[in-house]
Amino acid sequence: MTPLVEMHNISLRFGGNQALDNVSVNLYPGEVVGLLGHNGAGKSTLIKVLSGAYRADSGQIRVNGQEVQIRTPQDAQAQGIETIYQTLALADNLDAVANVFLGREKVRGVMLDEDIMELEARKTLDRLRVKIPSLRLPVAQMSGGQRQTVAIGRAIYFKARCLIMDEPTAALGPEETQKVHQLIKALKAEGVGIFLISHDLHDVFDLADRITVMKNGRLVGTVYTQDVTHDDVLGMIIGGVMPKNVRPADQPAPRA
Amino acid sequence: MQTQAASRANANLVQSLGVDGRILTMLVVLAVVWTVFQILTLGQPGQFLSPQNLWNLSVQTAVVGIMVGGMVMVIVTRQIDLSVGSILGFSGMIMALIQTVPPLGWGGNWILALLAGLLLGALIGAFQGYWVAYWAVPAFVVTLAGLLIFRNATFIVASGRTIGPLNDNFKVLGGGLNGSIGEFWTWVVGLVVMAYIVYQALTNRSRRIKNGLPVRPVWAEAVVNGILLALTLAFVLVMNAFPYPGTNIPRGMPVPVLITLVVLFALNWVALNTRFGRYVFAIGGNPEAALLAGINVKRILVAVFALMGMLAALAGAVQAARLNFVTNSMGNLLELDVIAAAVIGGTALAGGSGTIVGAALGALLMSSLRSGMVLMGMPTEWQNVVLGAVLLAAVIWNTVYLRNRR
Repeated sequence: MTPLVEMHNISLRFGGNQALDNVSVNLYPGEVVGLLGHNGAGKSTLIKVLSGAYRADSGQIRVNGQEVQIRTPQDAQAQGIETIYQTLALADNLDAVANVFLGREKVRGVMLDEDIMELEARKTLDRLRVKIPSLRLPVAQMSGGQRQTVAIGRAIYFKARCLIMDEPTAALGPEETQKVHQLIKALKAEGVGIFLISHDLHDVFDLADRITVMKNGRLVGTVYTQDVTHDDVLGMIIGGVMPKNVRPADQPAPRA
Repeated sequence: MQTQAASRANANLVQSLGVDGRILTMLVVLAVVWTVFQILTLGQPGQFLSPQNLWNLSVQTAVVGIMVGGMVMVIVTRQIDLSVGSILGFSGMIMALIQTVPPLGWGGNWILALLAGLLLGALIGAFQGYWVAYWAVPAFVVTLAGLLIFRNATFIVASGRTIGPLNDNFKVLGGGLNGSIGEFWTWVVGLVVMAYIVYQALTNRSRRIKNGLPVRPVWAEAVVNGILLALTLAFVLVMNAFPYPGTNIPRGMPVPVLITLVVLFALNWVALNTRFGRYVFAIGGNPEAALLAGINVKRILVAVFALMGMLAALAGAVQAARLNFVTNSMGNLLELDVIAAAVIGGTALAGGSGTIVGAALGALLMSSLRSGMVLMGMPTEWQNVVLGAVLLAAVIWNTVYLRNRR
């Protein structure tokens, strides 16, 4: 089976700091890979290389087996890679419709096609089952869950093949977290591949098929979720050591 | 309790009208100011609300009005441009030199002068925007340097002389004796605008209904568009009520006022209906989000500064044409008026928030206050004290408004 996304030997240096050191990860269609590590372990940096916000110094990115150059966020979007940032990356002064379509507005001639965008945004956000009474209010006036929904809606409207979710539930209450979990499972069933970055081990054990751990800009390793315990994963995160007697996990998890 | 319920009812009313509360406030404040000045000048030959004074007021608002929409865009992107007064002076001087000084100084090249001036303004703006966008030099510093450089370059290129008189055709831009479009064309412009208002209202509404989107109640639609139509009609009538001296031939709308209205309409349309406008606001709201959404933030910033520079040059053409002679101090300190008008009109210096319409009303409010105080014979020092106080009050009100909305 060909991976949907393959990042091979990615390195990136910021001044004197080796942020990424020969990191390799992959992601298959219809699976969730949890990306774990301390703050500063390099998770977000790795993700930003894939989403086009940073450029790696060396290494390759392959999408469906084809090597691709991702220099800008548009390049990533053109490959079907969508990112939901931890900060949500919303323009707070704009309304929900404008945020869903930011950078990819529908136009008639040179004129923004507000009606079509409002209709499509409504359809997409309804699917996420979080109530947003008015799509025409600035998102600054919305609740955390509503803002999260707008950010997710932006990624799924454009039919992501690969979805990167950076701490998608960090700002949410239990009920909203549950909705995000349902959504992740639904997208998985549709064949979308998801990188899930989270501090919450419960989240990751609940959702991820495989777990990749990073420490100090290096890859500790990748394991099948079903092979490991919380303590094993904590050992990887804190100590940087692989648990004994686990299978190599660079193929998708066998379906249980 | 009673007042709370009342203020909620008010908020609902404003909401169903679908109009920005700050613009509504501006209109009310303008109406109050005009009424007060009219009462205070009742006993005088030149009353505030006489056609003559309103006609002059419109010309006096033109120069700031042309620039203020550009300044809104600059401030919305979290930048500032302190150099517009100097760009106005410098490009005005260049335009004057091209049409008066040999070998270029022959009668027919006023168009060349105008185009060269506009291009020069745009280039200066783009140059400043380049340092801001690509080198992350604070706009405050870049344009402060621009203020010094171009103010004094104005002196240098003319060797300190005053340049003029200008070409008669060019002077039409200034709204002097031949600088109005006459009764007939004023009506044409007015009727076209009124037809456009009605057409917009009807097509927007029917399209939104067809697409199943929410619309304003009919009465709200009628009130808002009715007020717009009435204002347009009143404007036409006032412009046509001021005759040429010693005749009863109406002057009609002055050319600089027509230019101002066209510029403001175009900028407002661009801000609300195009990707460029959307990105200007997105950059102001969250520059990082704009970047991550794939918006070319740097190029947009350069374009915004270039637009501002071109508008300053256009204002320079109008000012030069109005004065007939260009001095090396033309436009001195005008950047402050432009920034003040934008801020009074509800543009937040923190970026991301502002409207072209609000800023245009801000410019009108400022020139109304000045004109009224002049009519009353108030000393200049006191005029400036009042304008400063109004600026402060406007910023405070804007801050409170934005805080309550969150």
